[in-house]
Amino acid sequence: MEPIVKMENVNKWFGSLHVLKDINLEVAPGEVLVIIGPSGSGKSTLIRTINRLEPIQEGRIVVDGVELNEDLRNVEAIRREVGMVFQQFNLFPHMTILDNVTLAPTKVRGLSKEEAERKAMELLERVGIADQAEKYPAQLSGGQQQRAAIVRALAMEPKIMLFDEPTSALDPEMIGEVLDVMRELARSGMTMLVVTHEMGFARDVADRVIVMDEGRIIEEGPPEEIFSNPKEERTKNFLHRILHH
Amino acid sequence: MRALAWMKRNLFNGVWNTLLTLVTAYLLYAVGRAILVWAFTEARWQVIPANFRLFMVGPFPPEAIWRVWVALAIFLALVGFTAGVVVRRRYLGTAAAVAGVLYLLAFPVLLPSSRLGLLAAAFAGGLAWLLAGSIAPRLARRLLAPVWFLGTLAAIQVLSGVPSQRWGGLLLTVIATFFAVVLAFPLGLLLALGRTSKMPVISLLSTLYIELVRGVPLVTVLFLAWIMVPLFVPEDFRVPQLVRGIAGFVLFAAAYLAEYVRGGLQGVSRGQWEAAWALGLSGFQTVVFIILPQALRAVIPALIGQVIAIFKDTSLFVIIGIMDLLSMAQVVLSNPKFLGLEREVYLFVMFVYFLGAASLSFLSRRLEAAMGLGKR
Ligand SMILES: Nc1ncnc2c1ncn2[C@@H]1O[C@H](COP(=O)(O)OP(=O)(O)OP(=O)(O)O)[C@@H](O)[C@H]1O
Ligand SMILES: [Mg+2]
Repeated sequence: MEPIVKMENVNKWFGSLHVLKDINLEVAPGEVLVIIGPSGSGKSTLIRTINRLEPIQEGRIVVDGVELNEDLRNVEAIRREVGMVFQQFNLFPHMTILDNVTLAPTKVRGLSKEEAERKAMELLERVGIADQAEKYPAQLSGGQQQRAAIVRALAMEPKIMLFDEPTSALDPEMIGEVLDVMRELARSGMTMLVVTHEMGFARDVADRVIVMDEGRIIEEGPPEEIFSNPKEERTKNFLHRILHH
Repeated sequence: MRALAWMKRNLFNGVWNTLLTLVTAYLLYAVGRAILVWAFTEARWQVIPANFRLFMVGPFPPEAIWRVWVALAIFLALVGFTAGVVVRRRYLGTAAAVAGVLYLLAFPVLLPSSRLGLLAAAFAGGLAWLLAGSIAPRLARRLLAPVWFLGTLAAIQVLSGVPSQRWGGLLLTVIATFFAVVLAFPLGLLLALGRTSKMPVISLLSTLYIELVRGVPLVTVLFLAWIMVPLFVPEDFRVPQLVRGIAGFVLFAAAYLAEYVRGGLQGVSRGQWEAAWALGLSGFQTVVFIILPQALRAVIPALIGQVIAIFKDTSLFVIIGIMDLLSMAQVVLSNPKFLGLEREVYLFVMFVYFLGAASLSFLSRRLEAAMGLGKR
């Protein structure tokens, strides 16, 4: 099958800092890809190049058959198909949860307010926070906020979802509720790229794990292989550190 | 008992504090007593009712005064409609009570026709409020901008039956403040966005303008605008004094507003931009729906502070010969009948300015509280 995300020889620099080095990556439709690696290895930067929150200096990125380029309309078109969930939620604090969720469908997709709200309520119901729809983000717990942020992205009916450490800012007792939503999403066939330190989640849900270090993909494979039988010394060290901290 | 304990704790704890309290109390007593005695025995307050019309509308021709009432009715209707859409009910009681007290205070000095005019205008406001409450909230919200636009045009059209040279007093002060704010606001927004823009020329020009204006006194900008504006229009077209005056305020206030807004823009985290972009919103949509609302909310107190400053600073109109509230004081005092009544007249003018500024400041705090809900 045609890959839905394809990166070819991608290189990126921040000034003189070389943060992505010769990245080659293909993601199949419906695949769940987990990205792990030490801090500063370029995981966030990698997934942020896919919706062009970060431009690249070398290489090609093709998303859903469209190559990313400078053209703003092209970039906005890609962003409509790619949802993103951030570590800090980044809900819009001046809007209710319902308005957060319906904003993009009405303004970008041109849905009617009624239609957008009906769909929003369905999704909020699905993640268990329909009763919070009229509240403002600050009135919700961290776990509820992150679920709302996932719904906000899903409301655009994206083909691909990017997650950048979605549970790292949460209190431990709230991590489970967010991971459950992501599990369900994975089962429903969504293409997902997930940066996370939740190894349990990776083991259960990932089709493939890639390990990054110093801007390179140093190892990749099915989760059981990466976790029980890593080939690279650096992968072993990294796994050792996060599993026995 | 509790009051005593409080006093002991806060006013008389220690020798120095006790001394300070006593001295302050004595000073307050002496000054307050002197003022009160003067106000109730010596002061000749008749000068205020005798010139009330002059203070309120200046040389506006009495036979055309209905135009003021119609304009006021339109304005209050706009305010009422807006209140019906955005303000919660419990503040309306406060507003109505304040309006009622002011009305009763002014009642004795008003002509019978004015009493009626004021009532009618207030009635229009109430009606508009009811109307706003009775139509669908979403529709009412959508109507706000066009209603204000058309209403303002209509009010000005009605007032324009009398040439603007004959507008004066509080009427003129309010009109000048209103237009200075309404016009300075968009200009300030553009300057703020310009200064934070990534395009170097735009950013440089905006910065230059802002710093230049902030570096000179208001009086100089006023004079300059007053002299310059006629140069930009065809020679045989006479620009009214008032427009030239307002132009100066707009140019001046925009620079300050821009800096407040810029502060607000910088307070919005990068994550907000990214979340909006990631959803596919365009740059323009991101600014309008996500960034500006948050930036403006954060600086509402500063923005209203600027509005209050404009309201008070219109008193500088005195120097370019526009007949605002303060210059009416001079007109009254130059009348031989009212010689030597400076204290009465200026105290009254101060009181009017204070009332205006205090209600704006009250509004600001209410707005902040109402919008605080959406803050992180
Ligand atoms: N906007 C930026 N400007 C300059 N350098 C940056 C910027 N963003 C990231 N970097 C640098 O690029 C490198 C990769 O950062 P990135 O955030 O992708 O790492 P990461 O793997 O996500 O790390 P973490 O686990 O800490 O989130 C780091 O050295 C970081 O300091
Ligand atoms: Mg990261």
